[in-house]
Amino acid sequence: MKEVQKLAILAAVFLAAYYIPFDHPQVKASITEAFLMLQEYAREHVLHCLIPAFFIAGAIANFISQGSVIRYFGGAAHKVLAYSVASVSGTVLAVCSCTVLPLFTGIYKKGAGLGPAIAFLYSGPAINILAIILTARVLGWQLGVARALGAVIFAVVIGLIMNYLYQKEEENRASVSLENMVEQPEEKRSQWQNLSYFLVLILILVFAAWGRPEEAAGFWYSVYQVKWYMVGALLLILGYMVWRWFDREDRVSWVSSTWEFAQQILPLLFAGVLAAGLLMGRPESDAGLIPVEYIEALVGGNSLEANLVASVLGALMYFATLTEVPILQGLLGSGMGQGPALALLLAGPALSLPNMLVIRSVLGNKKTAIFIVLVAIMATLSGMIYGHIVA
Amino acid sequence: MKVKILGPGCKNCQALEKEVINALAELGVAADVEKVEDMNKIMEHDVLMTPGLVINEKVKVSGRVPKIDEIKKWIEEENS
Repeated sequence: MKEVQKLAILAAVFLAAYYIPFDHPQVKASITEAFLMLQEYAREHVLHCLIPAFFIAGAIANFISQGSVIRYFGGAAHKVLAYSVASVSGTVLAVCSCTVLPLFTGIYKKGAGLGPAIAFLYSGPAINILAIILTARVLGWQLGVARALGAVIFAVVIGLIMNYLYQKEEENRASVSLENMVEQPEEKRSQWQNLSYFLVLILILVFAAWGRPEEAAGFWYSVYQVKWYMVGALLLILGYMVWRWFDREDRVSWVSSTWEFAQQILPLLFAGVLAAGLLMGRPESDAGLIPVEYIEALVGGNSLEANLVASVLGALMYFATLTEVPILQGLLGSGMGQGPALALLLAGPALSLPNMLVIRSVLGNKKTAIFIVLVAIMATLSGMIYGHIVA
Repeated sequence: MKVKILGPGCKNCQALEKEVINALAELGVAADVEKVEDMNKIMEHDVLMTPGLVINEKVKVSGRVPKIDEIKKWIEEENS
C-alpha cells in the first residue's frame, strides 16, 4: 500500500468517527441490528452450513479431475454436449475465481467457441456449490432451486444467442483439442470410492443443516431430533474413509484448500452481513438505515420496473463471493418481491463493473455490451416468471 | 533463463511467484522472472488453469502450486 493511500484511509476513518451521529436513535438501532444479524449468522449458519460446505468445496477443488470436464470444451467436441457441460460445470470448476476467467478465455479462443464459453462464464458464479447451498439455506430452498435452474437454462440460451449473432466469425475460428492442455493426475481411488466419499460429505451437510420443523411430530421432526447423532455417525464413516483411502498428501491438500476457501470468503461474507444489517436490518425489523418504503417502492411486488431495477442494479454492483445472500436477505425482509430477488441473483454475481472490464479485454466492446444487455433482459424475464409462479 | 508466472493475480499465483523466487535463490540461479497477467498473453501458452509456470517458453505446470522441490528440478533441467 502506498503512503498516500494509508493517509486517505486514516482520514476517512477519522472523518467518519468525527461526523457520524452515533447517538441518533436510528443510527444506534441500525448498528445494533448489524451485530444482531452477524450473531444470527454465527449461531445459525456457520456450524450448520458454512463449515461443511467449505469442506465440500475443498474436496471438489482437489479430488474431481478437472481435465475430465474440460475435454468436453474442445473444438471437436459435440455442440450439444459442449453447451450442456458448460452450463453445469460451474458447480465443479467455478469454486475459485482464479479458474473462471482463464477457462473462459481458453474455451473461447482455442476450444468450443463463443457460445459454450459464454454459457460457462454466466452460469459459473451462480451455480457454484457454495452459493447454492447458502442461498437455499438462508433464502429458502425455492429460491435456491430457482437460482440454479435459472442460471443453467439462461446460460444455454444466452450462449446460443451469442453464437447465432457471431456465426460467421465462429466458422473461421481455429480450434484445437484442449485435452493436452490440462495435466491428467493419476487416479488414486476407484470411482465408487470417490462417489461414496462425496455422498457422505453431502449427507453430513444435509443433516447438519436440518431445520426444526414447525410441528413437533412426524418424520421430519424425528429426523430433527436425531440429527446430531446422524452427523456423528457420518463423521465416523468419513474418518474411516479418509484414514484408509487417502494418503498424507491428499489429506493435507484437502484441509489446506478448505482453509483457503474459508479464509477468502468468511471475512468478506461477515462484512457483507454487517453491511446488510446496517442498511436494511434483520427481516421484519425495519431498523436499518434505508427506510422500508424506499425498498418497497423500488423493488417490491413483481412489476416489470421492479424486476428491471433489480437486474440492472445487480449487474452493476460487485458482490464478493456469497455476500449477495445476506444482502438479499435484508432486501427481502424489507419488502423486496421474490421475483426481483431472483432477478438480482441471476444478474448480480455473474456481472460486475470490474468483471465487465476483464471480459471486455477478451471479447471486445461490442460482444461485451451484447452479453450484458442479454443478461439484464434474461434476468428481468426470469424474475417476472418466477414471481408469477410463487405468487 | 526466462521464467514466466501466468495468472490473473489471485492468491495461488502469488504463492507460486514466491516459491519460484525462493527456488531460484536456493539454487543460486539468475533468471528473468516475469509475471503475466493479461489473459490473452496467458492463452498464448495454452494454459487453461492458472497459476501456470513457464520456463524458457516451456509450460512446466498449470492449475496448481507445485512444491519447491519440483520447481528446483525444472530449473535445473533448463539450466544445464
